[in-house]
Order: sequence, then C-alpha cells, then structure tokens
Amino acid sequence: MPEHWPSALREEIDRAAGRPEKLIHALRRVQETVGFISPASEALVADILGVTIARVHGVVTFYHLFYTAPRGRHTVRLCRGTACHVGGADRIEAAIEGRLGVGPGETTDDLAVTLETVACLGACALSPVMVVDEVYHGLLTPEKAVAIVERTLEEDR
Amino acid sequence: MTGPIATRADLDVRKAAHRERLDAVEHRITVCNGTGCRACGGVEVKEALVAALDRRGLSDRVAVMPTGCQGYCQRGPLVTIEPEGIFYHGVDPADAERIVTETIEGGGLIDDLLLEDPVTGERVPHHDDVRFYTGQERIVFALNGKIDPTSIGDYLAYDGYQALAKALLDMTPEEVVDEVLRAGLRGRGGAGFPTARKWQLTRDAAGDRKIVVCNADEGDPGAFMDRSLIEATPHAVLEGMLIAARAIGADEAYVYVRAEYPLAVEHMRKAIADARALGLVGKNVFGTDFSIDVHVMEGAGAFVCGEETALLRSIEGKRGMPRPRPPFPAESGLWGLPTNLNNVETYANVPSILLRGADAYAGIGTETSKGTKIFSLTGKVANNGLVEVPMGTTLRQIVYEVGGGMRDGRAFKAAQLGGPSGGCLPAELLDVPIDYESLGEHGAIMGSGGIIVLDDTACMVNVARFFLDFTASESCGKCLPCRVGIPTMRDILVRITEGEGELEDLDRLRELAELVKTSALCGLGQTAPNPVLSTLRYFEDEYRAHIDGVCPAGVCEALAPAYAIDADACKACGKCAEACPTGAARGTPGEPPYAIDAVSCIRCGACFGACPFGAVVRGRSA
Repeated sequence: MPEHWPSALREEIDRAAGRPEKLIHALRRVQETVGFISPASEALVADILGVTIARVHGVVTFYHLFYTAPRGRHTVRLCRGTACHVGGADRIEAAIEGRLGVGPGETTDDLAVTLETVACLGACALSPVMVVDEVYHGLLTPEKAVAIVERTLEEDR
Repeated sequence: MTGPIATRADLDVRKAAHRERLDAVEHRITVCNGTGCRACGGVEVKEALVAALDRRGLSDRVAVMPTGCQGYCQRGPLVTIEPEGIFYHGVDPADAERIVTETIEGGGLIDDLLLEDPVTGERVPHHDDVRFYTGQERIVFALNGKIDPTSIGDYLAYDGYQALAKALLDMTPEEVVDEVLRAGLRGRGGAGFPTARKWQLTRDAAGDRKIVVCNADEGDPGAFMDRSLIEATPHAVLEGMLIAARAIGADEAYVYVRAEYPLAVEHMRKAIADARALGLVGKNVFGTDFSIDVHVMEGAGAFVCGEETALLRSIEGKRGMPRPRPPFPAESGLWGLPTNLNNVETYANVPSILLRGADAYAGIGTETSKGTKIFSLTGKVANNGLVEVPMGTTLRQIVYEVGGGMRDGRAFKAAQLGGPSGGCLPAELLDVPIDYESLGEHGAIMGSGGIIVLDDTACMVNVARFFLDFTASESCGKCLPCRVGIPTMRDILVRITEGEGELEDLDRLRELAELVKTSALCGLGQTAPNPVLSTLRYFEDEYRAHIDGVCPAGVCEALAPAYAIDADACKACGKCAEACPTGAARGTPGEPPYAIDAVSCIRCGACFGACPFGAVVRGRSA
C-alpha cells in the first residue's frame, strides 16, 4: 500500500471493490485525503476496483480536477469565464502571477500556493471572481486580488 | 407529524402545519446565502442578525431564514424583512444591530441600505418594486428567497410535492407525458428539444429498467441559473425528476453536478435524504407501485461532460468522451439502459406545469417557445444577475428594463448569447423576441441562457478568440475536426489580434468554421465555430480594421490605438491621471485641458474607461 494512504481511506476504497463505475468517486476521495494521485495510488485503485492501470490513468488525465503532483497548501483559482474575461481577468492574472512568480497550473516552490485558472465559477454577477481555498472573492481589481493573495501567504507563515 | 408521508392527506397535514409554523412569527428576515452572497459575507450577516435578535430578546417573534440564491448576486448580501417586504442590499454584519432596532423595533427604513434605482436614482424600499425583479416573471424561481433550501418543510408549505401526488394518484403516466406535451415545454439546456417527446421515446424504448438523469454539469462560462436553482430550490428539481421517472417508468435517477458547485451538491444531497426520510423517494411512494432511488454524482472538471453521451460515460466512471448518436440515450443510455436526460431548469419547470395546468403554462411565451426562460445577465449592464422572463421577451427589455440599462452610460455594442456555442446579437437586433427559433435565425442560440452584454470597450475579434481558446482546451480530442479545426481557427484569430492577419484569413475562417460545424462528432465541436461565424456576420468591419492595423476597441495590445484628450470636452477632473498607471495622463485639476504623453503612454486604455465626459479619444495607432 502507498504509505501515504491512511487506513480509513483504504477501508473506504475497499467498499468500491470490483465496481468500476465508482472510479471517479474513488479518485476524488484519494485526492481529498492525500492531496494528489501518485502512480502508486493509481495502481492500487486499479487493483481494488478491478480495472486496468491504463484506464485509471486515462481518467486521471482526462478530468481537470485530478492532480498528479503535490499541490500547494492553498489554492487560488482565478475565473477565466466570459464575464470575468470581459471584466479584466487577464490583468488580475498577470498581477497574481507577478506576486507569486508562478503561472496557472503551477505551485510555488515552498508549496504554499497553487495557482489555477478555471473556465467559470458560476458567480458571474460578481465578476471578476476568484476562489481561495473554497472562499469566493468577487468584484476584484488587480490590487484587491494581490492583497487577498498576500493575506493568504501571511496566514500560511 | 412524524413518520413518512403515505397519503395525500398526510401531505396536506404537513403542508398546513409547516404553513402555520412559517406564519407563527411576526417578522421574518430572509438573508440570501447563495454562492454569490456568501462571497460577500452573507453567512456572517445571517449570524449577526440571529445574535442581534437574541440580544434584544426578539428570537421568539422574529425568525431569520437563510435562503438560496436570489439571483441579484451583484448587490449581495441581500436581506428582506417580511411581511413588509423591505429590501436591503449590500448588508454588512455590522448593520445587523440597526436593522433589528431601527427597522424591526422602530418600524423605520435605513436609507443607506436601500437600493438606488439605476435609472431614476431614487431609493426603492420594497423588494417588489425593485426594477430588477419587477421586469421579471418568476415562475421557476418563485420560491427562491422564500424558503430555506435545506428545509423540506418549507417546500411542503408552498405546495411542495403536490404535483408528484397528482402525477401518482390522479394521473396515468401517459397523461403526465401528455400534459407536458400540451404545455409545450422544451429543453432548457440549449437545443430546445420537446421534453415530452424525449420522455415518450424513453418510455417506448424496449427494456424493463429505465433511468432518469439530471444534467447539472453547467459548464458554459457565463451561465449560473442551474447552480442557483439547485442551491435555492433543490426539491423542485427533485420533484420534477420524480415526475419524469413516473412518466417514463424509471426506477433509478442520477443528478450529475459539476464539481465546481459544492453548495449545490450539498443542498441536493440533503434534499434527497430528507425526501427519502419522508418516503417521497424510495419504495412505493404514496402507496403506489412507483419506486425510485436517486443518486448524486459529482463531476471532476470537464466541460464536454455537459454533452449527454459524455455525461453518461462519466457516470459510468470513464473518460467523458462523447460517442456518435444514434443510438440516442433514450434507446441506449446509462449501462445500455433507456435513459432520459434533461437539464436542471427543465425539471424545475415540471411541478408548476402539473399544478397550474398545461394551458396556463402554454399561455406564456411565443408560438413555438412556451413558458419562461432564466437568463444569466452579466457584463456591462447596470444590473447583473439571474433574470426569469417569458419566452419572446426582447433583448432590449432584458437589458434596459430588468438590467437597468448600460453601466456607466456607455453604448450597447452587442450581447453574446449561449456561451461558447452561441453568437452575438448587435444593437440593431435589440428588438428581436428571444425564443429558440428567432435566435437560431440570427446566428445565436438559446444555449444555457448566458447573456453577456458588451459595450464599446469590447473587441469582437478578441471575444471570438476567447471562446475558441476555451473550446480548444475543452475539446476531448476524439474527433479530428474538433481537435485540429478549432485550434487552427484559434491560431488565425490570434494572428489577427496580433496584427499579422491578412484578408484571406476571413475566407479561411469561414471555410474552416463550416467544415468543423458539419463534421464534428458532438455538440461541442459542431457549435464551437458559432462565435466566429456570428462576429464575422455582424462585425466583419472590426476584423478588417485589425487587418488594417487597428483594434478599434483598443483591447488588442499590438494594435492598440493611441489616446488623446479632446480639449473642448475635458473638464480637468483628474480621473484620467488617477487611472493612468504610468503617469502619461497629466494636467492640473480644474485647469483644462489635460494631455497624454505619447512616449510614456502604454495604450492600456485605463484613461478611456475612467473619463466621465468622453473626453479621452482614440486615435489611429502611430
């Protein structure tokens, strides 16, 4: 067993044994618990659910929400939806990138923050929008966005 | 009043009891706790109100109710005091104390929390007089803001599950299909296929077991009515699904929700569990032979999963790749079983059709498009939010009445409808009635109902490029026209926006667009060229201007025009200098005119947007 799987997780995934339709659900649980999906986790999930590793890897790489590398302790998800785009999301993205020194899909070297862009967060009336660790921040300006990122980094220290 | 609901009498007893419970307080303060209002502190406002009432010893007489999304997210957090209907917006937790003392105890209005009408500039005290709501006809949204979405009791108090009782106890499944057919309900997910015909096809398909699926994979950027519906009235969506299951003969149902909507997932799970506890989901509902189980499946982030065959594969735990149709899911869907898929808003329409009757429903809308449609109105319009209007309402009514007109007094340029699959309507089409047919005729689509209003600061070529960036990255890669055709079109658009376009590019774009449209495997690819075709149709001039070296809107950096100040219009207010990031716009306040230094100007356009007098003008790129 990959040593980073807590036993509760193993028990939960075991309940999906032999049920390939539970693959996406199982992978979500692994990621929620462990933070990302390693090759060892892929192999174990494949073994428990009774599918090939290729199928598991295919699913992991198909969906945006699965990660194959460790992620930051915090996630900044900037919306690039239409309303946010029209509202200047690219300037906000540039400002945050400037502050963090990483681009979308990347994680800072100290594993503090992962920056992501997302197609639409469904909060268009508050555009431009970003979500930091599940908390929505709306009506952003580049300055306001950087201040929120600063606060997140501050709390992390 | 415990135990399951087994008969209509049980249901009526509950309804009366919950109505009495809701009526037992002198005042009710509703606080919007949808995703948008939460982003502005709605939960904290609710808690502060509870605490303030407690401090004043009013908790027994005044109730605080968290509601689902009320659609006016831009003005959140929203607070309404019933029964008076006093409407406060932009409420802060610090306002709780004075709401309780001044409004609840003192009976007075708090002026600075009242909404200012964007057209008249007057303060509007009552919810029912707010322009954003008066221009709407809220049928599907009727209960948004009136009930706590996590309380099945609240839903029962407002005729909840009465339509299901009617479908199970008073009607045959055929009669249910027939009623929906006569109502003229069409799919709200975009294509507008008649809902009853889909139900009939699934009902007629061979097989003992059938499945009902709710498509809540709302992926179109710019649309959020499905999120709002599930967050605010999950039981209405569930009831619609149960009625569909009865009509079709299904015994299992799935709600496929996109992973980006955690609150919707939570509320739907709670709704299903509560309905199950009351016997409204489960074995022999209302003592009939109708049995049903309902599951929630969370997506994992893939736009293409909004396509029905891709969505079904995703439920099966596979890569969400579409497959060719036929066979349609109605014949062979989830695990090969006949499956009925409808969108969230479609299901949410069903209970009201059964309760109000098909004729009443069909009395709203146009000849071919019945009922209401919810639009996500966003962009450069004064009021942003969710708007439910009768089919056939014009864009002008939506933008200028419900929407309160353009923001900052700018000129309407176009509205983008239907997201990445849709198209633009220019100003000359503001009076076209919006229904499935008229939109199609003008190169746009109803789609999921996103309306993004653009003003003269928007570059149409850039908008087309934005959508193609999106569809190119969301293409699943299975078929070649989509996998290669979309990025090729995108590359041409990039070239044009970077000042390297040539006139022949316009023909290349048209040719490629036609090819992808007619040969791609699924709806994603078939509709992806629409943003290009429609901007070419109405804004070809703007494409040509780019090719000639100017982005008229000043958006494309490589083609940004130079800015100058019209000395006669300048009032020396200093707004341009405040907005300028490089200090290129300068002057002395009160001593017109200001000027823009051509050397340090980076052509960002900040001054253009900031000037309240239209004194900043665009020149041709030097």
